[in-house]
Amino acid sequence: MGFLDTLLGRTKPVPPKLDALFSLPTAAITLQAAMEFTPTGTGSVCFRAAEGRAFHDIEAEVRELLSMGTDAAQVEVTRDSYGFTWLVCRHSSDDMEALVTDLHAVNTSLQDGGFGPQLLCTLVGFTDPRGRKLGIVYLYKRGTFYPFAPTTGEHRDNALELEVRGNIGSDLPIEPDLSRWFPVWGAPGL
Amino acid sequence: MVRTRYAPDRGLQARMGLTLFLLGLVFVAFVIALVFILAAFKVGAGAIIFFAVLLGGGLAFGSLFWSDKIALRASGAQEVTPEQAPKLHGIIDRLCALADMPKPRVAIAQADMPNAFATGRNSQNAVVCVTTGLLRRLDDNELEGVLAHEMSHVAHKDVVVMTIASFLGIVAGLLVRFAFYSELFGGDRRGGNNNNGGALPVFLIVLAVSAVVYAISFLLIRLLSRYRELAADRAGALLTGQPSALASALTKVSGAMSAIPTKDLREAQALNAFYFTPALKPDTTSLSTIFSTHPSLERRLQQLSEISAQLGR
Repeated sequence: MGFLDTLLGRTKPVPPKLDALFSLPTAAITLQAAMEFTPTGTGSVCFRAAEGRAFHDIEAEVRELLSMGTDAAQVEVTRDSYGFTWLVCRHSSDDMEALVTDLHAVNTSLQDGGFGPQLLCTLVGFTDPRGRKLGIVYLYKRGTFYPFAPTTGEHRDNALELEVRGNIGSDLPIEPDLSRWFPVWGAPGL
Repeated sequence: MVRTRYAPDRGLQARMGLTLFLLGLVFVAFVIALVFILAAFKVGAGAIIFFAVLLGGGLAFGSLFWSDKIALRASGAQEVTPEQAPKLHGIIDRLCALADMPKPRVAIAQADMPNAFATGRNSQNAVVCVTTGLLRRLDDNELEGVLAHEMSHVAHKDVVVMTIASFLGIVAGLLVRFAFYSELFGGDRRGGNNNNGGALPVFLIVLAVSAVVYAISFLLIRLLSRYRELAADRAGALLTGQPSALASALTKVSGAMSAIPTKDLREAQALNAFYFTPALKPDTTSLSTIFSTHPSLERRLQQLSEISAQLGR
């Protein structure tokens, strides 16, 4: 925020950064090689639905777009207890590229409709042979990623998260400010 | 070309800019008037003015620097961890991620009065506080709206702006008091470089000028406060995309506020400038609106419904 923005009490809605998502497939390969974490094939986009007709139309459009695609991803829409909407896409677990393309399609539709600032995060699910769950969360406003590893209840495996950060740090821009690694409990697709 | 649905309110910004300009103008006029008066009467009152500016500056700086601690102490609020208040922290986490701002500390005050405030000299030291009365009365969407409003105060650095804007009023108020109680304006002890007759008028003129400046700056600061509330409403509503949830919270809170006994109201009035809605009895006469720190409920609801229409187009 500039000086004038402060004086006049204005904040500009933050536009999302979309392109960094495409580095996810590389990171998925690294994760598999280094830590035996494989993609579950599930990814989701989380956004805050705005009220009114305009947003509703765009949301319907996005759903239609995804279910009409060539390899017809399964799309599911859920609302979490915070009022945020999650669009969940399912692909086969080895097709990370297709998943990322679908997620990107959701983002661009919202962005083109003028609702880019409503995007919160994207989450891609991973799991390892020991049954541990891991989500790689992409923060649209920061353009950075962070790992989220929920265990039982509302607890997270911080050691695993930091280990993941060490492994994929060179593939993805990792959020440096740990206080922004907020938990997404019960996120669909984890 | 990416469209934007988040058009800024240029009218509001222009009015706010004009108010700030007028405040600055009053400040400059005040300084010039003081210098002129003192020069005309050859009174060496530089020390007392210096002292008033120093003390006023100190007060302003202190209340700014310790704003978070002062407000938390005054409201009896306790900071809470994510384990103690998972829902509240969850909402604030998401709002921070949407707005791309650092997470403020979160506090809860044990009070039945439904209200919320944000304070702190910068976004690193910011605290957002809600009362238990607010948590009990609002649903999650409405609570999110209120929190988005408070986070917008943090993003707009309202505590800093309002403190600096109040500085002039503080100095003028101090000068009135000093002039009133002090004999230093009487020239007798200053080595007789002016006649005795000059002492009383100088004292009266400084008193009058300071009082006028104090009154004008007081009104301008209140006006600025109302504009900044509207700006925070607007930014908060655009952040969540849910202006109607904020409107609903406002009507709920205002209705509950007016039902509160007067005793609590008097205790709460000192904190009004920080609050989401002021703890005053609803009074719709036109005179009371120019003295109030917050815009009227009607004005706030009107702006929110305009934003709602704008988002829906």
